[in-house]
Amino acid sequence: MIMKRLLLSAAALALSTGLAHAQFTDGKVKIGVLTDLSGTYSDLAGQGAIVAAQMAIEDFGGKINGQPIELISADHQNKADIASGIARKWYENEGVDAIAELVTTAAAVAVREVAREKGKIDLNSGAASTPLTNDKCSPTGFHWTYDTYAMAVGTGDAVVKSGGKTWFFLTADYAFGHNLQAQTERVVLANGGTVKGSVKHPFPNADFSSFLLQAQASGAQIIGLANAGADTINAIKQAKEFGIVAGGQKLAGLLVFITDVNSLGLDIAQGMVLTTGFYWDMDDGTRAFSKRFAERMKGKMPSMVQAGVYSQVTHYLKAAAAAKTDEGIKVADKMRELPIQDFFAKNGKIRADGRMVHDMYLAQVKAPSESKGPWDYYKVLRTIPGDEAFQPLSMSTCPLVKK
Amino acid sequence: MTSANPAIAQSGGLTPQRILVFGLLALGLIAPFGVYPIFLMKGFCFALFAAAFNLLLGYVGLLSFGHAMFFGFSAYVTAHAAKEWGLTPEIAILLGVATATVLGAVTGWLAIRRSGIYFAMVTLAFSQMMYFVAVQAPFTHGEDGIQGVPRGHLLGLIDLNDTLTMYYFVFAVLVASLLFLHRIVNSPFGQVLKAIRDNEPRAISLGYEVDRYKLLAFTLSAALAGLAGSVKSLVFQLASLTDVHWHASGEVVLMTLLGGVGTVFGPSAGAFLVVAIQDYFSGIGSWVTIIQGAIFVVCVLLFRSGIVGVMAPMLKRRGIQA
Amino acid sequence: MMTIFGIPTQALFGQLLLGLINGAFYAMLSLGLALIFGLLNIINFSHGALYMMGAFVAWLFLNLLGVGYWWSLLLAPIVVAAFGILIERTMLSRLYKLDHLYGLLLTFGLALIIEGAFRQLYGISGMPYAVPPELAGGWNLGFMYLPIYRGWVVVASLILCLGSWLLIEKTKLGAYLRAGTENATLVQAFGINVPMMVTLTYGFGVALAAIAGVLAAPIYSVNPLMGSNLIIVVFAVVVIGGMGSILGAIITGFMLGLVEGLTKVFYPEAASTVIFVVMSIVLMIKPAGLFGKGN
Repeated sequence: MIMKRLLLSAAALALSTGLAHAQFTDGKVKIGVLTDLSGTYSDLAGQGAIVAAQMAIEDFGGKINGQPIELISADHQNKADIASGIARKWYENEGVDAIAELVTTAAAVAVREVAREKGKIDLNSGAASTPLTNDKCSPTGFHWTYDTYAMAVGTGDAVVKSGGKTWFFLTADYAFGHNLQAQTERVVLANGGTVKGSVKHPFPNADFSSFLLQAQASGAQIIGLANAGADTINAIKQAKEFGIVAGGQKLAGLLVFITDVNSLGLDIAQGMVLTTGFYWDMDDGTRAFSKRFAERMKGKMPSMVQAGVYSQVTHYLKAAAAAKTDEGIKVADKMRELPIQDFFAKNGKIRADGRMVHDMYLAQVKAPSESKGPWDYYKVLRTIPGDEAFQPLSMSTCPLVKK
Repeated sequence: MTSANPAIAQSGGLTPQRILVFGLLALGLIAPFGVYPIFLMKGFCFALFAAAFNLLLGYVGLLSFGHAMFFGFSAYVTAHAAKEWGLTPEIAILLGVATATVLGAVTGWLAIRRSGIYFAMVTLAFSQMMYFVAVQAPFTHGEDGIQGVPRGHLLGLIDLNDTLTMYYFVFAVLVASLLFLHRIVNSPFGQVLKAIRDNEPRAISLGYEVDRYKLLAFTLSAALAGLAGSVKSLVFQLASLTDVHWHASGEVVLMTLLGGVGTVFGPSAGAFLVVAIQDYFSGIGSWVTIIQGAIFVVCVLLFRSGIVGVMAPMLKRRGIQA
Repeated sequence: MMTIFGIPTQALFGQLLLGLINGAFYAMLSLGLALIFGLLNIINFSHGALYMMGAFVAWLFLNLLGVGYWWSLLLAPIVVAAFGILIERTMLSRLYKLDHLYGLLLTFGLALIIEGAFRQLYGISGMPYAVPPELAGGWNLGFMYLPIYRGWVVVASLILCLGSWLLIEKTKLGAYLRAGTENATLVQAFGINVPMMVTLTYGFGVALAAIAGVLAAPIYSVNPLMGSNLIIVVFAVVVIGGMGSILGAIITGFMLGLVEGLTKVFYPEAASTVIFVVMSIVLMIKPAGLFGKGN
């Protein structure tokens, strides 16, 4: 009997974890922020993404057609299986209507599969890979802030045109890294550059010395860093330690966030060219949001991923209010129908493949002497119009795109 | 590990035990109406994994530190077969189990030549090599894993996409496997295994070909661990590196130790408890790790025979009173 | 450019040198493990966690108390060793009469607790720890640019390993220790306080791990998980060298670093697995390890 009691108490334990909610979601709209709260990407997404979602809900009034809006969050640890498990539980058992943020391609794709099956909404801000709007696209899945295609069009193009013709890639060994490398290679080759080789490093990784040595031996002018977050930071720091920059080779961070620049410091990061979907110091709108954000985040300015979360959650709520339902497919249709007009995206629009098209910016990191204070890091070199920044629909392999 | 408690396994005919078994069966049948079925299915998969592992640790006295290779790799094979080749779930599972069996036979053949800590290290080494294969081989998709695996129709007829149907399928697999294990450990073959565990030289001197028995037990254990992994990949529609990582090998040791080494129900109870802890604390950072660690420490220091090992004597007393 | 088997010598030497640096860490850690196994018969799974603790204590010293690198190199091992001694006295000492596997499981649990606690407190993104100014910069060796700090790690490790080896092989204290490993009861009968010796040995092994941690802090960022993947490799090193063999642990540590470096030249992805291939081959052919006694 004790065995039985034990099993019963295990069952009770499971029940008490909040699994007992009804299967329907009437009476409220619930948004889940699923992100990296402890790992490599926690600085650029993480807690800041949750705060951004909270701000979006508060700014919306906390209610939608009289029904309360709820927010939950969890840490997917950048692991596909954990992300998939949480998403399934949220959609099936906790009445979550939309999952936002989703940094790390492996996790994002895992959630996309579950969301598609359940007919629920997933809103990507942090994950970068283009398959999310190509063969993995879904009628209820959206890709908001940026993607590897846009990064390549911005940074890759600028670096090749400024004379960096021969490349060697240091690539994070998972879908995102491979995708970013492939997209950048395409741009490099199209502009008459050559690729001398590449090496894949484990994700996440602490010691880049042996990979950097290979890059050095290749003799390429440019070492392209097809990774992100702490991996990029470590690679850049260690390249300095091993005298690679002093030796004449240049590093190109293919995906650099403002939080990375903040960790590296302007001394190391100055002069780097990068592509971003958002910079806090663009106009009154971006400054107003960023100031409010920073007040809640101990002075940290929002990264493009965090600002994107605010924009996507707000747009979702607008669409749900307009559609008067939280049923995934109906809200998704409404989201595609309505334009996006906020501090993040001017005249943004969502295409059939789920891509939110908006302007991107090519920026350069300021020298310490140019910077007027904390977080004054970028000068914007040019605005890349949305239609140029993102992959044209004619190239899309998404089955939802009618050709 | 040799001080395991075989009490429950051997006291087959006791009525209270029958009542317990039927009670648990009934509980299993009604459980999905009260508890989130995916959670239960996860528990079942790990219960089976732990029970398979226990066949080796509890009845042969061999601690494998590489069982994740069978669990995780068969998950990959099943997922691949179901997704890329479009095979029905039962064939996909069979392929997964077959892979684990072959892998078990080969690694076992080499590993059983060593014992104690060296056996643990050899199995760890093989498991690390298989992890490498899982990271590198194109079909496993590295860090992403195989995602969106279709559950399909059992025998082409029964739709497993329905959560309840899937639940009863997994439950049936678990019950059948536990029955099978119960039969094995109580068969003459099981008696020989226990003899080897308790005194190997003696078993040899009695004329048993110890290595053959060990290899057979190892292979069976690998096959059942593979079955658990295969089923898990269909439940979660995903096969990933987590299940081949050595942490998974450590986790199954924890489950078995917690539940009671060398008991039939112990590992299952331990598995359920560990899965419940993981589920309950999943939202709050690394508390899962800390609690699991604490359980290891408490188990080793205070009750080395595990929950069921401690409960069984009490249970027996009650049986006598009843 | 010269080449060997189509590989530029420059790259080859560079990778071998990096391998040697990694080997320096393997040697320090496996030396401690081997010492502990020799006398206590415990496979200390928490060794990686204690290595991580060494790095964290140094980081905390710097950021909370302003204690710099050189003092940390001395103080952090003392703090961590004290923690280790506490563990030995309260928990490990109860297990000496049982099967090895219980020690393994207990220390595995401890490793989970320690790592979990640091993860809970500091996340896993890692804390930067600056290279001490005395060791900043680098030398151009012709075939590669060697940061001075990494050179220092190899030198420090060699000194530590050699010192420990001399201590054990050439001093009276070491003789007691070796005798205790062979036959504790007999040594006890000669009036030597064996339990005390056991405790101190554990403390010493742990201190070695902590020193390695402090040395590692400026190279890898200080990260709660820095020990958890290393420990498995270091186990392999100890097993290959021969469990309990001091010299075996040191030599195998450096050697496997080199093997890894070599693999990085030819097949980089396999670098983390090659050690396990070596281990399984060694265990099949020479079960007691390369330097182990008996068969």
